[in-house]
Amino acid sequence: MSIAVTKSRYQSEEFSARLRRRYAAERRFRIAGMLAVGIASLMLVVLLGSIASKGYSAFWQAQIRLEVTLDKQQVEERNYTAILRQALYAQVPAATDRATRRSLNDLLSSGAPYELEAMVNANPSIVGTTQTVWVRADDEIDQFMKGFIRRDVPESERRLNDVKIAAIDALVAKGSIQSSFNTTLFSAGDSREPEQAGIWGAIVGSALTLVVTMLLSVPIGVAAAVYLEEFAPKNRWTDLIEVNINNLAAVPSIIFGLLGLAVFLGFFGMPRSAPLVGGLVMALMTLPVIIIASRVALKAVPPSIREAALGVGASPLQTVTHHVLPLALPGILTGTIIGMARALGETAPLLMIGMVAFIVDIPGGLTDSATALPVQIYMWADSPERAFTERTSAAILILLAFLILMNGLAVFLRKKFERRW
Amino acid sequence: MSVQTHIPATAMASRPAAAGTHGTKMVARDVKVFYGAKQALKGINLDIQENRVMALIGPSGCGKSTFLRCLNRMNDTIENCRVEGLIALDGEDVYGKNIDAVQLRARVGMVFQKPNPFPKSIYDNIAYGPRIHGIASHRDEMDEIVQTSLKRAGLWNEVKDRLREPGTGLSGGQQQRLCIARAIAVSPEVILMDEPCSALDPIATAHIEELIDELRENYTIVIVTHNMQQAARVSQKTAFFHLGDMVECDDTEEIFTNPRDERTQGYITGRYG
Repeated sequence: MSIAVTKSRYQSEEFSARLRRRYAAERRFRIAGMLAVGIASLMLVVLLGSIASKGYSAFWQAQIRLEVTLDKQQVEERNYTAILRQALYAQVPAATDRATRRSLNDLLSSGAPYELEAMVNANPSIVGTTQTVWVRADDEIDQFMKGFIRRDVPESERRLNDVKIAAIDALVAKGSIQSSFNTTLFSAGDSREPEQAGIWGAIVGSALTLVVTMLLSVPIGVAAAVYLEEFAPKNRWTDLIEVNINNLAAVPSIIFGLLGLAVFLGFFGMPRSAPLVGGLVMALMTLPVIIIASRVALKAVPPSIREAALGVGASPLQTVTHHVLPLALPGILTGTIIGMARALGETAPLLMIGMVAFIVDIPGGLTDSATALPVQIYMWADSPERAFTERTSAAILILLAFLILMNGLAVFLRKKFERRW
Repeated sequence: MSVQTHIPATAMASRPAAAGTHGTKMVARDVKVFYGAKQALKGINLDIQENRVMALIGPSGCGKSTFLRCLNRMNDTIENCRVEGLIALDGEDVYGKNIDAVQLRARVGMVFQKPNPFPKSIYDNIAYGPRIHGIASHRDEMDEIVQTSLKRAGLWNEVKDRLREPGTGLSGGQQQRLCIARAIAVSPEVILMDEPCSALDPIATAHIEELIDELRENYTIVIVTHNMQQAARVSQKTAFFHLGDMVECDDTEEIFTNPRDERTQGYITGRYG
């Protein structure tokens, strides 16, 4: 009797209605989840798409072909500007009067004479001969070739006058203008002229900063995490330390910049704009992240492994170094790399310690003036030239590439060292 | 923790000739353990005889595992754990100045409830203990130790061709025998086993029980078990724990056939536990 009653309860109309509602709720939840993932992916695609579409053109740069006659006397006087101009006038025979020629002078990058000089210095035997060289065009010519300066707007509102456009047309007709891969972007430091500006200086600055950050924060962070997790007694003091570390991880980065300014520059008198100071500040900022990630990784190692090691007579230190630490390594590595990636993308603290300066030279050491990738992006974004707009996006793409590389490395290392038990 | 290093003569003389040829390996006198304010053991007195198997039985939470972990000071790692009273190994206070916890654990090995091989090769699992204690000076010597340990644990024939494979890839029963082999490898004098078969199937359990019986020849064994048949099968002495007290300790046969205390009788007849 009672069996029959319970059986029919689960077969009743009311129960199947309830069941349908449960399934409907599940379907709604799934749809909401898929929508959320879809919106997130869409935003990512829009973000990356807009950066890539604005930035890809910066990887190409217009160059002008010139037949330069390296006159011995002019070379000795280092008058490369004149050599280049003569070659340019020869390319555009229509330009005869002074005003037109002065306009033509602007077609070449102001860095072109130095390029030519470097070429001559590298191979002095070419003096006295006529050489075919490709020199960088001015950024406005480059922008015109890429279609960012339109010829259909009135001359008074255009960055290039009709004379220049006519000259460019003449060069294009002769095949003397070409767009080639912009190696300058990857090999030069910053410059006032977009066509001479590159991010290599910023990359080196960022790399030096990160090296200092890593050398300081990884050993200190891991050691602190191991001590707190494996050795420290659990009392009021360690609780206080834990709360403070968690708080530090949430402190805005600009505060760390101010701290660095006051302590490292103000008190210790370290050099301004130096990767050393940048690295110190970033280390302070990354430390809590590494400590927290390492502690989580250490906590995830099953206590049975510690007991096993202690049980065969390993000392507490041996237990940690032989068993616990190797097992926690993938997690520690992941946390460290993510912390480093965060430091790589950090701008605010560097502004405070002077790494926002306009620096043309590639930094050669930890105390040289330098800037960093995100700061370079910030400075280029501030520049009025149209050519810097595309370079800003290009620099963002390069920064993103480094971040993807680092996070990919984190995933790879985790997969490689992960052990199951 | 007791600072007492001198052991009263009566402690060692408490079981003279009655134990036959089996000398007393370890003694516990008035052992009290506190976890913070909570008292887990209320004054345990127990003698553990050489080359015999002592089973500790009792309902969950009675303190038998706590007592076992006092014998090799594994409780040191537990925060807020305080041990009072005297525990002696060969007449020396294990909590005294003369004995170091690390050295003690080399002499008093342990096998845990859940098989816990290191996530390393079978070979390295066994070799780890001897390596850190500097027992083997050559590779050959180490190979020898690994082989004899695995043979004694009855695992050699099953794993001799795959010593380089991870110990975690073995079956549960094999893993537990690997852990026993690992404990044997450092040549301890006493082996503590904390419910070594509770995670194993009946066949693996039978294997381990046989093994315990064989190991008795060379080692003193203390085993905690929930399984009373197991206690009856493998042990010569049984101690019954209840709510932090050691109620009764006698020859296993006595305990199971003629318990003196009614709590013991209640437990072994299955009235609670």
